[in-house]
Amino acid sequence: MEKALLLGDEAIARGAWEAGCRVVSSYPGTPSTEVTEAIAAYKEINAEWAPNEKVSLEVAFGAAMAGARAMACMKHVGLNVAADPLFTAAYTGVRAGLVVVVADDPAMFSSQNEQDSRYYARSAHVPILEPSDSQECKDFTALAFALSEQYDTPVLVRLTTRIAHARSLVTLGERLDRPVPAWEKEPQKYVMMPGNARRRHPIVEQREKKLAEDASEMEINRIEMRDTTLGVVCASVCYPYVREAAPDASVFKLGMTYPLPETALRAFAAKVERLIVIEELEPFMEDSLKAMGLPAAGKAETGLQGELGVRKVRRALFGGETRLIAAPPQVLPRPPALCPGCPHRAVFNILRKQKLNVFGDIGCYTLGATPPLNAMDATLCMGASIGMAFGAEKAQGKAFSRKSVAVIGDSTFLHSGVTALIDAVYNSGTITVLILDNRITGMTGHQENPASGRDIYGSPAPMLDLAALCQACGVKHVRTADPYDQKALDAAVGEEVSREAVSVIVVKWPCILLEKEHPAPYHVEGCKACGVCMRLGCPAIGSGADRTVQINPNTCVGCGLCASVCPFGCMKLLERGEHA
Amino acid sequence: MRMDLIIVGVGGQGILLASRVMGRLAMNAGRDVKVSEVHGMSQRGGDVITHVRIAEAVQSPLIEEGKADAMIAFERMEAVRALPYLKKGGLIVVNTQKIAPAPVLAGAAEYPEGLLDALESAGELLALDAQHIAKKLKAPRAVNIILLGAFARRRGGDQAAWLEAVSACVPPRTVEANLSAFLAGWEAAVQ
Ligand SMILES: Cc1ncc(C[n+]2csc(CCOP(=O)(O)OP(=O)(O)O)c2C)c(N)n1
Repeated sequence: MEKALLLGDEAIARGAWEAGCRVVSSYPGTPSTEVTEAIAAYKEINAEWAPNEKVSLEVAFGAAMAGARAMACMKHVGLNVAADPLFTAAYTGVRAGLVVVVADDPAMFSSQNEQDSRYYARSAHVPILEPSDSQECKDFTALAFALSEQYDTPVLVRLTTRIAHARSLVTLGERLDRPVPAWEKEPQKYVMMPGNARRRHPIVEQREKKLAEDASEMEINRIEMRDTTLGVVCASVCYPYVREAAPDASVFKLGMTYPLPETALRAFAAKVERLIVIEELEPFMEDSLKAMGLPAAGKAETGLQGELGVRKVRRALFGGETRLIAAPPQVLPRPPALCPGCPHRAVFNILRKQKLNVFGDIGCYTLGATPPLNAMDATLCMGASIGMAFGAEKAQGKAFSRKSVAVIGDSTFLHSGVTALIDAVYNSGTITVLILDNRITGMTGHQENPASGRDIYGSPAPMLDLAALCQACGVKHVRTADPYDQKALDAAVGEEVSREAVSVIVVKWPCILLEKEHPAPYHVEGCKACGVCMRLGCPAIGSGADRTVQINPNTCVGCGLCASVCPFGCMKLLERGEHA
Repeated sequence: MRMDLIIVGVGGQGILLASRVMGRLAMNAGRDVKVSEVHGMSQRGGDVITHVRIAEAVQSPLIEEGKADAMIAFERMEAVRALPYLKKGGLIVVNTQKIAPAPVLAGAAEYPEGLLDALESAGELLALDAQHIAKKLKAPRAVNIILLGAFARRRGGDQAAWLEAVSACVPPRTVEANLSAFLAGWEAAVQ
């Protein structure tokens, strides 16, 4: 049989395709994005980028309720946004399988928090599966669709970064084609008003009991009996860590971590002398085992933060040597930065110059918070910039908004910023909002969005007009600006901030990584070592021991921002081909 | 073939292609393989580390600290940063290029000296200017494949198997250029 070396994310996509999934709606978010990017290559599946996770789950739910196997994929914080439909979809159940893929990010490689999605399974009363490698990603996705139909419930599949972004071998199979049945009305099941929901809630409870009973018989919950002095309960990426750190230990490998297979766990616990749970983040399983009265431990050793690995697991199981090898002292940090030529830098240059309070948001432009720009006062979650700016105005008075702005990307504005803008207009705010429209969802690796003019397949799509949308929300003062016309942008920001009304500036310039052709790079003549251009934090500009600067011709893309800030006119455009 | 390999560099240097070639090589040899990659935020010019594990059966997708047999580094300071992963005396193939990190660009720090010495005393060092070789080949983006070529020879690899793996992983139009780059790296490993 054919094998492929797939990312966990790609294997999820393959599993969905093989299971006959027909509809996938997602919002990008590291480390889940590649699932849907891979899905877009399967022509039998109708894939889309939704404006946010709530919409994506509602679209997937609609498809599943109408008889097509469907899936929604998101990162951990995305499930917060999609939690509303999830909790009630748990009541209605589905007609065809509905799978929600959620990717957690222990150690926060690309995230703003370290939340543990498994609690959603418990509080929404839906099962959650946790694959340990790419083969299981594929197999568990197919199983999730089957369980979804068998138990009439949405099913969560949880990944972590090390599963989503690790490649391992997968045996490929064929697609199972499942025709979509004719539409059937079933309002008692699908219209969730109190009367109907009261009839559904007991069904949810029974379903969960049944699942918990059946869990002890499920093949994905597997016991590997070896030496009985130590028994380890684990799932997800912790399973390979445990197998490597303790090859002789007995292991209960869970494929489904909610509901737990209580009967089988009790039997396992009775056979081992010491019962340890190895899990990343919260003591989700450990607390449950303790609630069953089992003598479980582990979290005290593994901690709540960061990711585990073989070394940490070995230490947690056997104690002993804990010293980590230190990185040699001469090594300097290499933090991520806005790219050379990034239009966001041009905006932050003005905001810093005007010494404004900046309510930021989530995207590449969050890097405006890093030195030397240091031009951001808060970032919370996607869409929050506008609400925070309005709340601060309520606390500090309208004068505060005469020296403050909210800054938000195009994708983030459409995700959940627009509702806060409506709030500010409706409730007589006077804030100023800058929408940084780089015509793409940049941070997560360039996904199209409703304002980019293309769909997930790259085909032309209606291009949402951000300025017109803001006007329709009731904003009276909407203008667009070119970030590289620094004078005009400076003036526009000054005017709109001083205006005692809600105003929006749509700053338009495409993400520099989308441009294939660049103007020739700049070079420096007669630098006076004043350091003004250094405050831009452009990775193409470097300063020597004498404080004079050079421009790296290999990374400079000729955006000209440094030329527009240099007080002595030292930045000159090189003729194309002048540098080797 | 059994190998735990760390590949490090700076986001955007083409590390993912190098690890894909390693994966293909392992697959073609009928081995188990796991590759742990870095996507997302950390790629915006930050340091990037990829773990490649090849064995009869691989468990953890991550190599334990102090256990890597070898390292391929696309940048010299990144090689030193990753030393805690390398076992004593492990092979280090390093591109001698220096890419200044933010503190150096800002003039707040000097790019550290003595990095190659630190590598020399940590393992079996093969340092080469892969950027220079790439320039001579008029293939500035082939640094990754050149380093693989040098690594392959030092590991005593079967050249034909490597060439097959490289061919399978690069875009069809660029197969020839990449094979030349691989062979240039292979040659450079003699000195
Ligand atoms: C609820 C939620 N979903 C997804 C993400 C992942 N994410 C971080 S930034 C971002 C998109 C940013 O795009 P945009 O606002 O256009 O700004 P850009 O990065 O292009 O500057 C996404 C999807 C997140 N952090 N939170």
